[in-house]
Amino acid sequence: MKNRGRFGDFGGFYVPEVLIPVLEELEAAFYRYYEDPRFVAALGLLLRDYAGRPSPLYHAKRLSEHVGFQVYLKREDCLHGGAHKVNNTLGQGLLARYMGKTKLIAETGAGQHGLGTAMVGALLGMETKIFMGVTDIERQSVNVHKMRLHGAQVIGVEGGTGTLKDAINDALRYWTGHVTDTFYLFGSACGPHPYPTIVRHFQSCIGAEARRQCLEQCGRLPDTVVACVGGGSNAIGMFSGFLADEGVKLVGVEAGGRSLAQGRHAATLVAGRVGVLHGAKAYLLQDEEGQVHETESVSAGLDYPAVGPEHCYLKDTGRAQYVAAGDEAVLDAFEALAKLEGILPALESSHALAYVMGLKGRLDGDAIVVVNLSGRGDKDVGIVEKCRRDNLGQA
Amino acid sequence: MKSYREVFGQLRREGRAALIPFFVIGDPDFETSLGVVKAAVDAGADVLELGIAFSDPIADGPTIQKAGIRAMRAGMTVARALEFIGRVKAYKDVPIGLLMYYNLVYQYGVERFCVNAHAAGVNSILVADLSIDDADEVAGPARKAGLDTVFMVTPNTAEQRMTRIAAATTGFVYTVSVLGVTGSRDELSGQVEGLVGRLKRLTDVPVCVGFGISRPEHAVAVARAGADGVIIGSKVVSMIEQNLGAPGAMKEAITGFLGDIRVALGG
Ligand SMILES: Cc1ncc(COP(=O)(O)O)c(C=O)c1O
Repeated sequence: MKNRGRFGDFGGFYVPEVLIPVLEELEAAFYRYYEDPRFVAALGLLLRDYAGRPSPLYHAKRLSEHVGFQVYLKREDCLHGGAHKVNNTLGQGLLARYMGKTKLIAETGAGQHGLGTAMVGALLGMETKIFMGVTDIERQSVNVHKMRLHGAQVIGVEGGTGTLKDAINDALRYWTGHVTDTFYLFGSACGPHPYPTIVRHFQSCIGAEARRQCLEQCGRLPDTVVACVGGGSNAIGMFSGFLADEGVKLVGVEAGGRSLAQGRHAATLVAGRVGVLHGAKAYLLQDEEGQVHETESVSAGLDYPAVGPEHCYLKDTGRAQYVAAGDEAVLDAFEALAKLEGILPALESSHALAYVMGLKGRLDGDAIVVVNLSGRGDKDVGIVEKCRRDNLGQA
Repeated sequence: MKSYREVFGQLRREGRAALIPFFVIGDPDFETSLGVVKAAVDAGADVLELGIAFSDPIADGPTIQKAGIRAMRAGMTVARALEFIGRVKAYKDVPIGLLMYYNLVYQYGVERFCVNAHAAGVNSILVADLSIDDADEVAGPARKAGLDTVFMVTPNTAEQRMTRIAAATTGFVYTVSVLGVTGSRDELSGQVEGLVGRLKRLTDVPVCVGFGISRPEHAVAVARAGADGVIIGSKVVSMIEQNLGAPGAMKEAITGFLGDIRVALGG
C-alpha cells in the first residue's frame, strides 16, 4: 500500500503488522464497491429514505442581520440521528455487509458516531460494540442511552483522560484480536489509510449538495465555507465540494478549549507539530519527545489531539485556513443560534458558528458564508446549563 | 559488542532456544527496573527486549500499558532510556532489542536516534507501528548506524509478504503467536507451530516467538516448533506489578520464573 493514502507527506498507515492485511482487504473492498451501481443505488436509497438527505441549506436571516452578512446553514442537524455521522455509518455499514463482515465496532467521542453506528448496526442486523471514554460517557449520557436502545454494547474506556483518543486506542486493540469477522467503522476522516479516503468519500455528499443548493438559491458560489474540525470528517465532506473553486475561502474551526496553553485545548492544526498517531502522519498535540498531550474542550466530539491528514495538507498548501474558537465564544454561539433562529446546534458545530459570529461587521453585506451545521445540540443542553451554572462563560 | 549472529549461532550449536524477556524501561522506576533487568540477565536471559514507554501503545494489552504508565510517572524519557541501556550493557554484554512506537523515534530525529541508540548499546530496533511498507523511514538510518532491523510476522501474514518481511529483517523475525495485542494467555496459540514452520522454510534469519507466552510448557512447545528464541513480556511485567514496593520479592519472582523457563528450554 506504500504511497497510497498520502496527502503530501501526511497520512499513510503506521499500524502494527497484524492490521496491514485487514486494511488492505478494506481498501480493496472500498475500491471494488464504491462506484458499483448496486452499492451506489442501495446507499442512495438509505441516505434519502432513512437518513433524510438531501439536508436543507437554510438562509438564516436573523443571524445574517445580526452579523451583517449572509449566513447559510447546511442543516446536517436535520438528519436522522442528529448529525452528519450517519452519512458515513450508512456507507461503511453497507460496505461491511458487502464484505461479509458480521460485527461492527466503533469509537465515539460525543456519542454521535457511536449512535450512528448503533443505528446502522440495528438496521443491518449486525452485532455492535462502541468504545467510549469514561469521561465522555458521563458528559454525553443521552447518546449512551440511545446507543443501548439500538442494541449496541457500550464499552467504557478508562485509559488516559477517558476521551476520544483513548476510545480509538481500545477500539484498535480490540480489532487486532478480532480482525476476521469484525469491521471497524471509523468515525472521522483520520486514522490509517484507507479511512481518511473512505470517510471523505461518504461525507462528500455534504459539499456536493451545499454547492448545488447555494447556486440554486443565490445564483453564485459562497465567498466562504466554514466547518468545525475534530478528526475532520464533516469539514472534509463540506470542503470537498469546493476544493476546485479557487475563489471560495475554506475555514476549519478547531477547539480552542479554555486557552491555547498546553493541555487546555484541542486545536491541533493551530498549535500542533507533525507526528504519528493512530496510523497516520499528521499534526499532533505532543510534548518535545513525542508523548501525546491531553486535550480539553467543552465539546467531546472535538476533544482529540490529532487530525485528518488531508486537512494537514490543505493547511500546508494554504488552500484552507484553520483557526480556533474558545469554549466561551462557543457557548455564546450556541445560545445565540438558539435565540435567533430557534435551532439548537451541537457544541461541535457551535465552533464554526463562533468563528462566523466573530466576523460580525467585517464582511460586505452581500457576502455569502456557508456554515456546516454538523449536528443538533439536544445532547449538549445539560453541559451548556452546567457550564453557565459553573460560571465558565459570562451568561 | 556481542551480535545476534554470535548469540543465535552459539545457541544453534548448543541446540537451545534463546530466552528473551521483555521489560518496559524504568518500570516501576529507573533503579528498580535496572535491578530487575540485571537479575534477569543473571537468571539466564540470552537477549533482552526492552521497550520505551509511549502515551498511546496500541499494540499493547493492559499489563504493558500499565507498565508504561508507571515508567512515565517515574520520569522516564527517551534520553534516560538510552542511559539505562548503557548501564545494562556495562553490567553484561547481552544483545538488546529495542521496541518502540514510531512517534518517539520520529520526534527525536530518526538518524540521530539510531546513532545514539547504537552508541548506547542497542543491537536492533523494532518499531511496533511501522510495517515493511514504510520501513525505509527507519531501516536505512538503522543499518547505517550499525543497528539490526526486526520486523513482525503475524498469523494473518500472507506467505509472499512473509518473504518480504524476512528479507527486510537482519536481526530476528518477531513472530507474533496470536491475533491480538500483548498479554499473557493461558493456552499457547494453536497457530504457532505452523507459523514457525513456514517461516523457517522461507528464511535463515533467526525466528523468535512472542505474545501470550506465560509458562515453561509454552516455551518448550515454541522451541520444539523450531523457534530460535522465546520472548516473554506480559508475564514478567505482571510480576513487577504484583510486587510493587517490594523489589526483593519482585526480583526473586522474576528470576525464579525465568530460571524455570531456562531449565525447560534445556539450559
Ligand atoms: C455534530 C458533530 N460535529 C462534528 C464532530 C467532529 O467530528 P469531525 O471533525 O469528524 O466532523 C462531531 C463528533 O462527534 C459531531 O458529533
